[in-house]
Amino acid sequence: MSKEHDRGMSVIVKTVTRLTVGLILLYGIYIILHGHLTPGGGFAGGVIIALAFINLDLAFGGSAAAKIFSKRNTGLVEALGAVMFLTLALLGMKYGGFFDNFLHPDGNPGQLVSAGIIPLENIAISLKVGAGLFGIFLTLIVLQKFESEKK
Amino acid sequence: MIELYVLLGLMIAGAIIAIEVRNLLSAVVAVGIVGLALSIIFLLLKAPDVALTQIVVEIVAVILLIRATLHREIAQKSCGTRPFGAFMGILFLGLAVVAAIVTFSSGLSPFGEPLMTVSRFYPLNAIAGTGATNVVSSIILDYRAYDTLGEATVLFTAVIGVLTVMRSVGKKKEEDLQENHE
Repeated sequence: MSKEHDRGMSVIVKTVTRLTVGLILLYGIYIILHGHLTPGGGFAGGVIIALAFINLDLAFGGSAAAKIFSKRNTGLVEALGAVMFLTLALLGMKYGGFFDNFLHPDGNPGQLVSAGIIPLENIAISLKVGAGLFGIFLTLIVLQKFESEKK
Repeated sequence: MIELYVLLGLMIAGAIIAIEVRNLLSAVVAVGIVGLALSIIFLLLKAPDVALTQIVVEIVAVILLIRATLHREIAQKSCGTRPFGAFMGILFLGLAVVAAIVTFSSGLSPFGEPLMTVSRFYPLNAIAGTGATNVVSSIILDYRAYDTLGEATVLFTAVIGVLTVMRSVGKKKEEDLQENHE
């Protein structure tokens, strides 16, 4: 067997993952962008996106998803989400107070572009949560590999 | 409401199995039963936001637990019965039952009609006030955004903690130092 094949799980799992991982990613993005219209939001959508990357990692072996989204980048994206959330909160101080919804009357309720800064806050939280959880997952795997090399 | 009690019984059974079973992987699967049953309960109580968050977080938690327990020899230590711990457990269980009887003897408020009237403000005013048709989203990101900021800080601290404690850079350096000494 080549080196490509003995990493990760069986061919069936790899094929199904290749077909479904894009749909999982799309579902996560839908949950985030429609967080102000339907059930869901930044937290759940961010976790679903992290799950798509975790799915890749489990099916194709240790470093498949880490090539797309390295451990260093997870830290950067997580910090970016936190800074974006705080920036939105601080921008509100110019208009009336911390976390003021300064974009509010911008479209009818029920449309995709509505509800002021709530969709933007959803995106910030999803970046933070998704990158953070995937970073935790990568850290655990790297630690595992390090321990098995030591034995 | 009968399905609610069935699911609650399933959750209690899963929790007891998770504690009692000796195989770690079986314990993780039993914990997963508790989480999935809790998610269905949230759905039955008409809280789809919480149900969605619960089910995805539960899946991540179960995956992390399986990865953490599967291929690693964890030292298992069997300890004997501790009479003091058992006594304290029975004592606190009795205290909790007495407190519940005293508190609930006057009757709970019926489901869907909370004692606090402030929660009625949000469904009536959320769409006009924020423009979001998902009232839960308008509460957690507009009216109660401070709470979300605190929750985000908690998660940030947890991730920083994991990345710091489990980093491999410092450990490798330590090992090199030991080799140099030898």
